[in-house]
This record gives sequence, structure tokens and C-alpha cells, in this order.
Amino acid sequence: MRPSECEGYIPAGAVPDRMTDDAWFAGLPPGDTEGAIDSIASGSAETPRAWPSIAVDKGYADSETEYYDRLRVATIEAARRAVRSREQADDSQLVHAVRSMDDTERLANELAERTAEWAGTLFEEAEPTVAGVRSLAGREPQTDAEGHVLALAEQVDALAEEAETLRSFIERQTPQIAPNLDAMAGSVLAARLIALAGGLEALAKKPSGTVQVLGAEDALFAHLAGHGTSPKHGIIFTHEYVRGTHPDNRGSAARAFAGKLSIAARIDHYSGEYREEIHEELRDRIATIQARTDGGEE
Amino acid sequence: MTLPDGIVRRAFDGRERLATSGEPVYGEPTDGQWRVWDAGRSKLGAMLELGMDVPLSGGESVLYLGAASGTTVSHVADFAGPTYAVEFAPRPVRDLVSVAADRSNLFPLLKDARQPETYAHVVESNLDAIIQDVATRGQATVAARNATFLDEDGVLLAAIKARSEDVTADPEAVYDRVLDELEETYEILETRSLEPYHDDHLGVVARKQ
Repeated sequence: MRPSECEGYIPAGAVPDRMTDDAWFAGLPPGDTEGAIDSIASGSAETPRAWPSIAVDKGYADSETEYYDRLRVATIEAARRAVRSREQADDSQLVHAVRSMDDTERLANELAERTAEWAGTLFEEAEPTVAGVRSLAGREPQTDAEGHVLALAEQVDALAEEAETLRSFIERQTPQIAPNLDAMAGSVLAARLIALAGGLEALAKKPSGTVQVLGAEDALFAHLAGHGTSPKHGIIFTHEYVRGTHPDNRGSAARAFAGKLSIAARIDHYSGEYREEIHEELRDRIATIQARTDGGEE
Repeated sequence: MTLPDGIVRRAFDGRERLATSGEPVYGEPTDGQWRVWDAGRSKLGAMLELGMDVPLSGGESVLYLGAASGTTVSHVADFAGPTYAVEFAPRPVRDLVSVAADRSNLFPLLKDARQPETYAHVVESNLDAIIQDVATRGQATVAARNATFLDEDGVLLAAIKARSEDVTADPEAVYDRVLDELEETYEILETRSLEPYHDDHLGVVARKQ
């Protein structure tokens, strides 16, 4: 909105000034704290200007002192609200996103299997994979039966594409919500751990022994009921640190990894700052463990 | 080297330490109105403690990038004029907000220092100084993009963290690369390792070209 179009704005001159349109206070009456908070949170400008003196010229404040007072009240409240909403919203959004990604991938796989089986009777080149089925999407059907197969192929294509979009959403969000977990485990595994624990705070409060077997609950409860051995690792098995370690030492690797992951989760939850030291310590520790067996890998 | 007005050297438990006058923030030792500025917890504090020639006299307008929970920026606000504090991670900003609540000249902004256009509608132009302590890759780029806020001969005080650019590379090689890029926008006045206070950090004093 142009300042000149807004009721309550008192322009110093009669001509609207395009140069000052993007000031955080543009178009706001001096008492409108809510408007100021919104504008600080969501506004932007190509270049900064001498906002304090412009604000006085434009009648937003009587003096620069008054300007800074208003700016202070609005920035503090805007920051407080932005923190609250980012903290509350983000990890739960991440949990939904990672669960949805897993569901969409599973659905795409199941449907691709069914579709490929049918498609194999109609199209010679149909491969029984998600990629094979996706490559059928977009063709012109010659018969009714082909029409059904190709419609299913479109569905597989759409599901697989949504799974990819969700993955990139997770890769963008995780570093902001949990920078240390993200750097340590990778975005998707970090998001899965958060989802399995039921949120970042819940993960931060779990002992590392629990983090180690998150995702292996079936095996854990079977063990507690007296059947089978205790699981050495849950979902963290998908990480190179565990999978890339010789089976004899995977228990140690999983324990070291889970220990640092729970420290990372606590730093992410309570401080939110990235700390390089813990990552370095873990890399050293895993290197030591992997060196115990010749060649480390395999 | 003379310290900017508002920063003093003062004996705390028999040891000369930097101090500023303001509300305590993180349980630091105090003596009357004076509170210790711990060089071990602050890159700018270390730059001053190590005797780097920081061209500030007190009362400057400042943009602080990477304010974190406000430890250093609280001291800056004690001796500077209007101080804009940018930090991207939500949790530290929670603490930064309480630091700002105790000071009349500190403006907290939950924004990404890599995107100055998202706060150019709030932060004024022609600032005297940028103080930068961001732990992200591309620290020189951040400094260059934010130069738009500086006055013609405004200064940059930066702590360059080698590990944020490349964990595996030799810190000296990282510093050379960062300084090369900085020189496209700034004239480098002085550099110095921040050891023993901070490992793998280079203090940089520069002036906008």
C-alpha cells in the first residue's frame, strides 16, 4: 500500500515519496504497534535509508529519540513472536513432512508394483520399478486397458514427485530447526529421529540408549519379553557411521553415534547454535572404531 | 591503543579485565555499574584484549551480524549508539530479546544476515560500524552484502571462523581466501589470530572502500 493511500498517514509533502515506501513505518499511524510488528516481520527493502530522519520528516515520530523508542518496542515484540511461532511450528511441521514423505514413497512403490505387473502385459519395455512406471506416464493410450494402466502410471508419477518435493522441504527445514542434528545425521535421518521421538524437545530429553534403538521398538520389546538379543541400533543403522562399520564393531559405532546425536539434540533444543566441536569429536571416534577392523569398511 | 569511550580496564579479583557499564546478562562478575567483558566468550572482546586497533570511540551506530544470545552485543550496546542485532536461529534470539529489554538502544532482529534486503526496511543507512560473528559458510559474502548499510568510511570488525568455511582445509588457506574476497569491498587494516581466547578465528579490522 502506498503511504498516501493509507488513512492516518501524515505526509510531510503532498507528493508520495516512492523512496520511503518500503520503510517499516510507511503508512502506519504512530500508535499502530501491531502494524509495526507485522511490517518488521514481513517487510523488505532494496536498500537501507536514513530511516530515523525520514520518520521525523514524515511525522511518524516527533524526534529521533521517539523514533528509536517505537522501533525498540516493535523489534522486541516482533522478535519475540517470530521466535515463538518458529519454535512451535517448525518441528511439528517437520514431523508431518517426514511421515508424509515415507507414506508417499511407500504408496508409490506399492502402486508401481501393481501397475508394472499390468503394464508388463501391454508394453514391452515396462520395467517393474517406480522409475520404469513413471516413464510410461504421459503416453497416449490406444485401448481402454492401456488407458487404465497409464492413469495408474500418472498416479505413481505424481506420488513420487510429491515424495521428492517433501524431501527437499525437509532438507531446507531441518538445518534451521536442528542445525547440529542436521549436520551430524543428514536432514532426513535427523527429521526421522525427531519424528520417532515425537518432537525435538522429546528427543532432547531421551537418554542416548533410547536414541540408539529408536525405530527398533519391535526388536527391543521382543528382547524385553525374553526373546532374542537386545537390538544394537534402530533407524541410525541407515547412516554410514553404523552401516559402514564392520559388523563386529557396529554396536560401538551405534553407541558413539547415538551419544553424540543426543548431545546434538540437546544443543539444538536448548541453544540452537551450531557447534563444530561435537562433530569433530564424533568423526575422530568413528574413525578410531572403524580402524579396529582391517580396512574399516566391510 | 585507546579503548572506545564506555569500555574500561578494571581490576576484578586482582586481574585487569575489560568492562562496560550496563545490566548484567550472563552471570558475569560485576563491580558497581561495571560488568566484566569476558574475552574468552566474545570475539570482539578478544580483539580488544589483544590490542587490535579498533577504530571506535564510543557512541557509534552499529549493525551486529550473528548476535547469538546477545553476550557480546550486550557490551556493544553498553558503549555504542543505536545497535541493530541480527540473528537467524530462533532459540538464541529468545535470550537476545531479554538482553534488549534491559537496554534502550538495542534492536533485535530474527533475520538471515545473508539476506540484507529482509531487514533493510528497518536498519538505517550510513552506519558507523558492522560487527560480524557469523558461523556460516560465505562469511566474506555476508560482509560484502551488508556493506550497503555502512557510511562511506564505515568500519567492519569481523571474527572469521575458519571451520565454518571448510573444516578440513588449513585455516591459513581459508583466511587468505576470505580476505581476498573481503578486499573487493573493504580495505583490510589489521588482522590477528584470536588465540588463546578463540582457536581457529581471525580478527579482522577493515574499512569500506
